[in-house]
Amino acid sequence: MSDLTSLTVAAAREGLRNGEFSARELTEAHLAAIDAAGRLNAFVAVTVDKALDMAGESDRRLASGEARPLEGVPVGVKDLFATEGVHTQAGSHILDGFRPTYESTVTANLWRDGAVMLGKLNMDEFAMGSSNETSHYGPVVNPWRAAGSDAPLTPGGSSGGSAAAVAARLCMAATASDTGGSIRQPAAFTGTVGVKPTYGRCSRWGMVAFASSLDQAGVIARTVRDAALMLSSMAGPDEKDTTCADLPVPDFAAALDGGIAGMTVGIPREYRLDGMPEEIARLWEQGAEWLKAQGAEIVEVSLPHTKYALPAYYIIAPAEASSNLARYDGVRYGLRVAGDDLTEMYENTRAEGFGDEVIRRVLIGTHVLSAGYYDAYYRKAQQVRTLIRRDFDAAFERVDVLLTPATPSPAFQLGEMSDDPLQMYLNDIFTVTVNMAGLPGVALPAGLSASGLPLALQLIGKPFDEATMLRVAARLEEAAGLDLAPDAWWRAS
Amino acid sequence: MAVDEQIVRKVARLARIRLDDDKVESMARELAAIFAWIDQLSEVDTRGVEPMTSVEAMAMKKRPDVVTDGDRVADVLANAPAREGDFFVVPKVVE
Repeated sequence: MSDLTSLTVAAAREGLRNGEFSARELTEAHLAAIDAAGRLNAFVAVTVDKALDMAGESDRRLASGEARPLEGVPVGVKDLFATEGVHTQAGSHILDGFRPTYESTVTANLWRDGAVMLGKLNMDEFAMGSSNETSHYGPVVNPWRAAGSDAPLTPGGSSGGSAAAVAARLCMAATASDTGGSIRQPAAFTGTVGVKPTYGRCSRWGMVAFASSLDQAGVIARTVRDAALMLSSMAGPDEKDTTCADLPVPDFAAALDGGIAGMTVGIPREYRLDGMPEEIARLWEQGAEWLKAQGAEIVEVSLPHTKYALPAYYIIAPAEASSNLARYDGVRYGLRVAGDDLTEMYENTRAEGFGDEVIRRVLIGTHVLSAGYYDAYYRKAQQVRTLIRRDFDAAFERVDVLLTPATPSPAFQLGEMSDDPLQMYLNDIFTVTVNMAGLPGVALPAGLSASGLPLALQLIGKPFDEATMLRVAARLEEAAGLDLAPDAWWRAS
Repeated sequence: MAVDEQIVRKVARLARIRLDDDKVESMARELAAIFAWIDQLSEVDTRGVEPMTSVEAMAMKKRPDVVTDGDRVADVLANAPAREGDFFVVPKVVE
């Protein structure tokens, strides 16, 4: 039965409709895979009963010819999407025991379309991290290992549980979220496809907030087509989120078909960093050659404010986080640590409930928003953000998509960077500009490093033109011709 | 202004996070390094540049000004760490 977990979403949909296997069998195969993968620490809650109930309903609908778009497809949910009555803690101690009485719009859309929930996926605390090491539940371990080594590698972050679970065939696809690279960097580190749509494409309602002007829900899957199928269900207008766009959602999977001849692909010269590893530079050139061979024109473009995106991000994201995280007060939900008076109760609760990285960022954010500093920091950063967006707008007058590396390196070892916050922040150097400008981006595997680890490229699209971006991604995926599956070492006893 | 221990203590108080003395020094060191790196933004000429306030220009959605939700006392209190009847309980604030 284990081969059922290797199917793509697209193949599973066909197999279910043709009666080759039942939704229950498909779900049970994934539950068994999760059960055998405790060493990866990818799941923080497994919803066995709910999964089997939902699969049962899917089998009834399949039998009566009422199958919905994702009928019977078992998926995982990042722990920051509110799921009614189910563990939702965003990887934090401060939300201990929290069981939402409501469902996030993105997950509600998936269940409306017939997907089956397997459980909740581990993540960096409040999505603040690039290695999954800030989770209250401990780090997720990457299913990939370097050739000849059994040193545990990071799956990236913050959607490390989502990426690891999809790569290890514990779920067919997973929800994820991206504030500075939290979908695309873990996808790159695990050989999976990660799509961050345009800001406003998916509702943020019911997502635990980190930085509201940057947060965007998206998907991690094993193929571009699977990601497109998921995204078409997850996205769409929502009156509960005023920043969610009132735009119809294209059939992203149908939009994948067709060539790219005549398209123009931009190569931003500022992404060519000093000291970029040779294998990353080579992969980038190879990607451009693959697209050129299919008739696309490759042009160099300039995004002059690229180097300022990350420092500006480390004003905006912490500022918004310090405001969003003010709600964790020990009164309404989650952890409460006693104190002699109200203020001391707040201070004790937040000191014990937040991990070091969250405290660091709340302090940065509180500082930049404190009296006398607003203009020098937050306003300045928002001005820089305007300049970053103008760079992209100018580039998109000439090109249809941009091609860049996804990360500056393949997956690194757990513990390798955890003592140096600044070094860790540089992981997002190629991805964070996309959040600052609100654009869609996709990371997809395009090769292997000398040590046998997945390496990824990133495509950046025009606002609300995920369809073109995903079509180019699909052609890149075909050209790369990878069939990635890590050895299942975690199953060994 | 460089971030020092005094600023860290002040900001921790504003953020309502207890920061033990043994953590203040390392936090000040880390934050000073991060702000030194952030300060490269001063190179950017932003005179006359409007701050970005929305990612895509769009009119804010408005719904009819009517009550659409309510009577959810049980839901609102469901996750309270301490409650009494239909109230959240907090430490005494008035003697």
